[in-house]
Amino acid sequence: MTPREIADLLAAAFGQSVLESKTEGVPNPWAAVAPDRVRDAAFFLRDDGRLQFDSLMCLTGMDHGGGTLGVVYHLDSTTLGHKFVLKVKVPAADPRVPSVEAVWKVANWLEREAYDMVGVVFDGHPDLRRILLPDDWEGFPLRKDYRVPEFYNGMKVPY
Amino acid sequence: METATATLDPAARPIVVPGFARPLKAHEMVINMGPQHPSTHGVLRLELIVDGEIIVDIVPHIGYLHRCFEKHAEHMTNYQQVVPYCDRMDYVAAMSNDLGYAVAVEKMLKITVPERVEYIRVIMAELQRIANHMIAIGTYGLDIGAFTPFLYLFRDRELILDIFEETCGARLLYNYIWIGGLSHDVPASFQTKVKNFVRVFRPTITEINNLLSYNAIFVKRTADVGVLPAETAVNYGASGPVLRGSGVKWDLRKNDPYSVYDRFQFEIPVGEGKRGTVGDCWDRYMVRVHEMEQSLNIIEQAIDAIPPGDVQSAIPKRIRPEAGDVYVRTETPKGDMGFYVVSDGTASPYRVKVRPPCFVNLSFIAALCRGAMIADVIAVLGSIDIVLGEVDR
Repeated sequence: MTPREIADLLAAAFGQSVLESKTEGVPNPWAAVAPDRVRDAAFFLRDDGRLQFDSLMCLTGMDHGGGTLGVVYHLDSTTLGHKFVLKVKVPAADPRVPSVEAVWKVANWLEREAYDMVGVVFDGHPDLRRILLPDDWEGFPLRKDYRVPEFYNGMKVPY
Repeated sequence: METATATLDPAARPIVVPGFARPLKAHEMVINMGPQHPSTHGVLRLELIVDGEIIVDIVPHIGYLHRCFEKHAEHMTNYQQVVPYCDRMDYVAAMSNDLGYAVAVEKMLKITVPERVEYIRVIMAELQRIANHMIAIGTYGLDIGAFTPFLYLFRDRELILDIFEETCGARLLYNYIWIGGLSHDVPASFQTKVKNFVRVFRPTITEINNLLSYNAIFVKRTADVGVLPAETAVNYGASGPVLRGSGVKWDLRKNDPYSVYDRFQFEIPVGEGKRGTVGDCWDRYMVRVHEMEQSLNIIEQAIDAIPPGDVQSAIPKRIRPEAGDVYVRTETPKGDMGFYVVSDGTASPYRVKVRPPCFVNLSFIAALCRGAMIADVIAVLGSIDIVLGEVDR
């Protein structure tokens, strides 16, 4: 299926919730959906017989700056051989996105990493804890407004 | 004395393990494996929840080797400076990491790389794949209790490292594959040395098969252990030998070709369950052995076909991709490594996200080990082939 057709299918199923899409002139064609419909869109993309996106290649937490966070889902169909990208933007003040762990198990750790680094909260995730940083770490290092702490647990960091 | 009985009653003071769904039952206990443990291949801590000798669940703890790769990448003053950091992710397969990053940035810049560079990259990546599998197989033998294959494999691995050293001066962390080219052209003796290695190493594979692969004790420890069914493997995100061990014929060199891999003839080995169930530890192990043979085939085809040319002619003077993003995945020895690079039009990357194969392959270790014995955890972990440098980045 061409990216255009995938985007059209998505738009037909989710109407106003598909906010924007770009399928030509970019290396990885994408569509942006409303955050609250991500999980539904994920189930649709995986289970629809014409799409069969059985593999979540990558899940990225992003800070777009200006108080906007985002999540990028890179999808792949190992059976039909097409790829697509789903993008979501959420305000940093309330960065909640439904978890897609129930759709693709691989999202479990990838979402934990996105939470750990960027601070996106995945609703419905079975075990949303920090994964790479210590449990008592403060702040989210990959946010653009993050300031490297001078102290860690009361100890001065020497650089 | 009355407090002693009260504290021992699990209903009165339930023991909760973060990451484990329910409080422990009275006959269950927690054993820490790692972070300092020879079979965890680095600083990995596995919290084993056991009922006697049986694994109930595993809660992995990672991050001990976290070196902020993605944070560093954002703070570099140009795209090229990220390459040495890529080396240090999967430090036993540094060439393969660099290749993935270079391909991603080249795609953003829309650069066409000279043929000579592509051929040398393929040969280097395949040599690296063999070197990686030598470590994977050798240390797997060590985990299971076979010492000798490790020595034979490390002896032959030296030949590969010598080739790398002569080419770029480094034995482990190469910084060799640059955006648009290579740091050095190959030396005059390159072809002879690579051919010599291929000649020397083919018999070693037979030797390893005789010593280890079909060894009754080894088979008993690995066959029917840690079975990953093909139906769940894709959903879990498994890739590389872990996915192929489950019988799924999926290799990005064929399914999503990059560089010049579409020009070479090679097979994709998959697990067939010859000694047990499809997708068990032995299958994952055996896929690696067969992959080394296939890599030798690719090297043999490529080594005499290297076209002449300048390996640095396409290196851009100034790397400043237009605003936008690109996701590129390559088949590293460990599996499917993806680079998601976002540019805002400036000279340094806005965001570099790595999809690390080991991180994902490790994430479902609990599913492979539930119901198995404690000793099987070591067999399963070794068969996944992780490098903590890449898990933690």
